[in-house]
Amino acid sequence: MTQTVHEPSDESLIQLLTPEGERRSHAEFDSYIQDVDAEMLRGFYRDMALTRRFDQEATALQRQGQLALWVPLRGQEAAQIGSGRATRPNDYIFPTYREHGVALTRNVDFPQMLRIFRGISNGGWDPRENNFHMYTMVLAAQMPHATGYAMGVQRDQAGWSAERLEKDGTAVVAYFGDGSSTEGEVHESMVFAASFNAPVVFFCQNNQWAISVPFHVQSKVPLADRAAGYGFPGIRVDGNDVIAVLAVTRWALDRARRGEGPALIEAVTYRMSAHTTADDPTKYRMNADEEAWVGRDPMTRLEKHLRDHNLADEAFFEQVIADGHEMATRVREEAMAFPEPELAQSFANVYAEAHPLIQEELKWHLEYEAGFAETTEEGATR
Amino acid sequence: MSTFNLPDVGEGLTEAEIVSWKVKPGDTVAINQVFAEIETAKSLVELPSPYAGVVRELHAAEGETLAVGAPLFTVDEAGSQPEPLTNVPAVADIAEADTPVASEEPGPLVGSGPKADAVKRRARVSRPASAVRPAPVAAAAPSTPAALADTISRRATEIGAAGTRLTAAAKPAVAALVNRVLAKPPVRKVAKELGIDLTEVIGTGGQGEITREDVLSYKAQREAERDAAPTFWSPKGVELDHRIIRTPVRGVRKATAKAMVDSAFTAPHVSIFVDVDASRTMEYVARLKKSRDFEGIKVSPLLVLAKAVIWAAARNPSVNASWVETENGAEIQVKHFMNLGIAAATPRGLMVPNIKEAQDLSMRELAIALNDLAETARAGKTSPADMTGGTLTVTNIGVLGIDTGTPIINPGEVAIVAFGTIRQKPWVVDGVVVPRWITTLGGSFDHRVVDGDLSARFMADVASIMQEPALLLD
Repeated sequence: MTQTVHEPSDESLIQLLTPEGERRSHAEFDSYIQDVDAEMLRGFYRDMALTRRFDQEATALQRQGQLALWVPLRGQEAAQIGSGRATRPNDYIFPTYREHGVALTRNVDFPQMLRIFRGISNGGWDPRENNFHMYTMVLAAQMPHATGYAMGVQRDQAGWSAERLEKDGTAVVAYFGDGSSTEGEVHESMVFAASFNAPVVFFCQNNQWAISVPFHVQSKVPLADRAAGYGFPGIRVDGNDVIAVLAVTRWALDRARRGEGPALIEAVTYRMSAHTTADDPTKYRMNADEEAWVGRDPMTRLEKHLRDHNLADEAFFEQVIADGHEMATRVREEAMAFPEPELAQSFANVYAEAHPLIQEELKWHLEYEAGFAETTEEGATR
Repeated sequence: MSTFNLPDVGEGLTEAEIVSWKVKPGDTVAINQVFAEIETAKSLVELPSPYAGVVRELHAAEGETLAVGAPLFTVDEAGSQPEPLTNVPAVADIAEADTPVASEEPGPLVGSGPKADAVKRRARVSRPASAVRPAPVAAAAPSTPAALADTISRRATEIGAAGTRLTAAAKPAVAALVNRVLAKPPVRKVAKELGIDLTEVIGTGGQGEITREDVLSYKAQREAERDAAPTFWSPKGVELDHRIIRTPVRGVRKATAKAMVDSAFTAPHVSIFVDVDASRTMEYVARLKKSRDFEGIKVSPLLVLAKAVIWAAARNPSVNASWVETENGAEIQVKHFMNLGIAAATPRGLMVPNIKEAQDLSMRELAIALNDLAETARAGKTSPADMTGGTLTVTNIGVLGIDTGTPIINPGEVAIVAFGTIRQKPWVVDGVVVPRWITTLGGSFDHRVVDGDLSARFMADVASIMQEPALLLD
């Protein structure tokens, strides 16, 4: 097999599928993907394709004034699908605002992901339903939540046997990005996670850009190296290789479940699109930089593998496109039909239990609204 | 029938200019098909259609600036699709008020969501929407440019736009062909006699060549413009409002104004001038034009000046620098690379794109870079990336027939060179007055960084090359 160029080329990077779609064996991590067969690979491809199609539709909806903002993820599909598919239903996930692919693997329906971006909800889904937390808009704010949650899990599972932990134990995944890695919360979360040996996996998608700040400005060393300072393992994985990401995440989750403590995964990937729809990457990065990553597109890589090894036929790829189109149409229809929230609803979200002051304010608000009602009817007759 | 209103495609944008329509009334559009290109602040964004059907009406002309929320285009939808909630009331309001939505002062919209709330509230507060009817132009109240120039890269909205994309890709090639003037020798002769620059004439011949008629009609048009001058003044009796034409300050004009004010009031300018005998430069340019290596490449004295500036900057590095305020006080950053800015008058206004890493370019490469830069700017395709990161600027006021001026430094830089016109003047050579090609170089420098002696040395170095381009061979 000829060795072809694929950056980053250092040996520490775990890669099981080359950009050319060839499988590479790995002494340690092959054992974590023994069950990966053609059907699973096709499933990963479908997940990635649907996520990308959803991303396009949401971007279009933003351009059409239907969303206040959209956070594209193009290029990061493998990192998200690989890690998301490594989790078990009872694991608990803390996403950033870009984890649309992970959300898919947690059975969050695509249209629900648009609620917060349409400005009609603070969340969009019930986090308890799929153990998938709400999108967190404040950078790195989810990190202490994740460590704290993991510490709680640890207490709930105190006294469990090793077998039971292995079988039914919960692990927590905290997603963050290279930009967030410079926030203080990340440091604090890692210190606490290490001190308490909490069952949390810190999953960083290093997409090379903190909005406009390139990674080399943010850190002089690979992020995975930072784990050593906290005293837990750190590992760098090719974030555009869905198989490697799956293997590495499974490894980290298994450790966490067994009570062996936290781990940091740095998935090296690339944000092929803008930071958000309000961002213009042409202002701060060169086309050449973007083009250098086109050849490392996570979907092309898996598609090559599937085709070269006859693991999927043309009909499969056509079906994926058709499914994507159908999904996009449904997303559009459902998103536009979301009912508008009533302001009165927000009073219910302040305290868990009834609170006299809030009750009073709600009453005042309802009266105020009632005062408008007549005007509305007059207005309606115009 | 559904009308699509101009959305806020970034966070807090208040207006956008229609750059081009990709559809016309009667065309069929599909959902997410790109139907228009708009320019917000400084970037271009392609808009995907939210409707499928037949285009009924375009509500604005290309070049027009619309406020966010103003109607953009109307589509007769195929079938009976459920209409998006937010658009319906908005359209109703507009129809009733019979005045552009822009009549309300477009405040910054940071943090605003889809417009559902605003629309609902307007319906309740029975505000007499048509009571005040300001003229459309006056409606463009100045808005805070909270505008983060938006665009997700155009690639992001490539859904269903493959066709448009291809055309876009083909454009540079077409432009290159268009810019190579085609005309038969007799037509060139006519143009020369009439003093008409053929690059400014649009050819209508079978191969796109310029015909005699084209030249004559161009001449007629130019004369008509000149003849219109006497009617510019409007008579005394007319109402004052009709004697003053108001033009809202927007887009590039607004950006230029801000940049100039910022520069003029933060950097203490010192300007110096030097007259140069550029005869050797003229000879050199003439030689380059004939050279086989430069066949098909436009060569002008600006090329020599650009080379001279790069050469002189290396000998006086402080002119290729920035004054940067940091937390630990100000610092001077000397750039060991040259991103040479060239101020260009374009249809969109003044732009200062720069030639990246100009220090590495050979004379020929520099000539090509200058041509490309000018063509891109003239076509209005200069990208934001082309305009950032400049280290030193040249402004070629000579092309406008001006001898010299005091240029204002491009913000972020500390020096700018103004290149005046080159004309024959009496000049004393060895005690004898002879006609020589003389030009005046002007330079403005940020005195915080560049002291008088240094600016003088830099300008003298530039002048020495204009006087004797052979020095570049050193």
